[in-house]
Amino acid sequence: MFRLALLVALVGVIDLVAIGADPQQPPTPVSQSPTPTPTPQQPTDITTTLTGAGGAPQMAVPAFVPLTRDEATLAAARTISQVLFDDLTFEREFALIPRDTYSSIPAASSLDDVVFDRWRELNIDGLVIGTVQVAEGVLTLEVRLLNVRTRQQAFGRRYTGSPADLRLYAHTVSDELHQQQRALRGVARTKLTFVSDRDGDRLAGTIENRGVKEIYFSDYDGENARRLTVGRTLNITPTWSPDGRSIAYTSYRRGVPNIFISNIYQGTLEELTKDAGNNFLPAWSPDGKRLCFMSTRDGNPELYVVNRDGSNILRLTTHPSIDEAPTWSPSGTQIAFTSDRSGSPQIYIVDADGLGLQKITLESYADRPTWSPPPYNEIAYTARAGRSLDLKVVNMATREVRQLTFGEGDNESPAWAPNGRHLAFVSTRTGRKQIFTVAGDGKNVRQVTRSGNNSYPDWSK
Amino acid sequence: MSKSHTITSRLLLAALTVAAAGCAAKTSPDVQGAPSPGPPLSAGSPISVPAPPAPSAPPAPVGEPVPVPVRDEVIVASSLDDLNRTSPLQPVFFALDSNSLDQTAQTTLDQNAAVLRKHPSWAVMIEGHCDERGTAEYNLPLGERRAVAVRAHLISLGIPASQIQVVSYGKEFPFDPGHDEAAWAKNRRAHFVITAQ
Repeated sequence: MFRLALLVALVGVIDLVAIGADPQQPPTPVSQSPTPTPTPQQPTDITTTLTGAGGAPQMAVPAFVPLTRDEATLAAARTISQVLFDDLTFEREFALIPRDTYSSIPAASSLDDVVFDRWRELNIDGLVIGTVQVAEGVLTLEVRLLNVRTRQQAFGRRYTGSPADLRLYAHTVSDELHQQQRALRGVARTKLTFVSDRDGDRLAGTIENRGVKEIYFSDYDGENARRLTVGRTLNITPTWSPDGRSIAYTSYRRGVPNIFISNIYQGTLEELTKDAGNNFLPAWSPDGKRLCFMSTRDGNPELYVVNRDGSNILRLTTHPSIDEAPTWSPSGTQIAFTSDRSGSPQIYIVDADGLGLQKITLESYADRPTWSPPPYNEIAYTARAGRSLDLKVVNMATREVRQLTFGEGDNESPAWAPNGRHLAFVSTRTGRKQIFTVAGDGKNVRQVTRSGNNSYPDWSK
Repeated sequence: MSKSHTITSRLLLAALTVAAAGCAAKTSPDVQGAPSPGPPLSAGSPISVPAPPAPSAPPAPVGEPVPVPVRDEVIVASSLDDLNRTSPLQPVFFALDSNSLDQTAQTTLDQNAAVLRKHPSWAVMIEGHCDERGTAEYNLPLGERRAVAVRAHLISLGIPASQIQVVSYGKEFPFDPGHDEAAWAKNRRAHFVITAQ
């Protein structure tokens, strides 16, 4: 793990977070334009990096202080500090001390109010304090990270904006704390997309009693889930474009599967493939300019690469076996995929020009490779291990394989988080199919979805 | 049978359709007790199972599907839904991770081909389906392979290629929601849907 001493930044350079999603327009997750608001200069402090005695720094995040007693302010203070607690817990860079341990310590709204001796008794290294006020439709949040050993402020920022999405304030603080303290790109503001039958609609146009499956997207923790497709058909395999502004997916809306690209901020839809065979499993190139997908347009399941506008289609594989489930290397020069050319499905890699084929796995059955972002050069995949499907990861430098799940139901369809430290996947461990996340070491398993059946997760870049 | 002959037959038989449909509604065991025909989605075919998963439900007894005796008469139905409810084209089943057509499957397809020869105006979609043990992604091309194998066999029996389309649903739409060998055997199938009469 990186441990850069960051000696930076005048505290009080105020970041402004605009959170103005329009509820009338379904696909508008988060406003892209910050709302500038003038703010007073804060006192200057030197930023310091917390260290723990041995392990991760011990961190306390008591409930934030509401500056007024109105319900909106009380709710905002409660929600933001709780979500921040959960976000900081997720990356495991800090050891979050349970709140009931320090519930008797008086709340502080500034450095001067902090009873440092009480916190030192609990062996706390870092204390996050905050104040919240919602007035005339504007939320103002001030957050400080205090180094309990040196009794100095290590981080301090004020955020103002709409009170519509309280969780986004906490996610922003979490990402900024991880960046400043650990040089880590947190994932609190990233998003998931997945397939769900949670709304219970029935498929139109057949006598079979089939439930529709639609594309959804949500925050990384499953909150703020929103439905993207409304086609009353089967929609599967959604994937985020690298800029997070589009989702490509497979839809049966024309009777046979084709690949569509939904531009979720504009509310527009593009058809990438049209009426040539069955087309599945789009995968964006890292620069977002091309997609690789599986198609039967020439009679056999093969991989093709096409420009984002549908032009210049190139066939990547030519083998009478099944070739499917492509994923690009971070550099965009190689593609990993599944092929059963050896008799059972296994993971292979090939150069983006179709040359240099290499077999990667020696499993009884392996599928759905997903190539990690740098600096980790790893491919996660689903393997059949005994009676169950389980997640494994192969390190591409050493070719060492590690297993992340061990028969807790079936576990499949892994997708890396953009910082390479977590995977989203599908598990039946609680009965129905649900999305879970797991750290790259197999620990920190969290359930993300709870409603309906959910599958095919992908994590925004 | 010539095209004009087909149309004539259909016109002649059209008058019988209402009576036939009413008769079918009375005798069909899968209509959910509604005296009048409900909307299409309210009734399933005998092989279709309600979708809400019931992991603890006992597995439905599975018999080998009984091939429908080859009919001599031309089948007439008032709508595609009614036609598909009578399942004039029987599904074929597969072994795990396989798209091979065994003897039972080939016999079923012989019978399906005979039905299709009598109904050259039908357009047919062959759906490839898989059981839940394979991965979601690999099952997409595997289901495709199953549908393609069935289509190729029907073409080899003289059915025009233009009459048959294929689609794969992978493991997205299991016919039996159970989690045992009996359910899996039912879910590894090529399923026929008539899309035009």
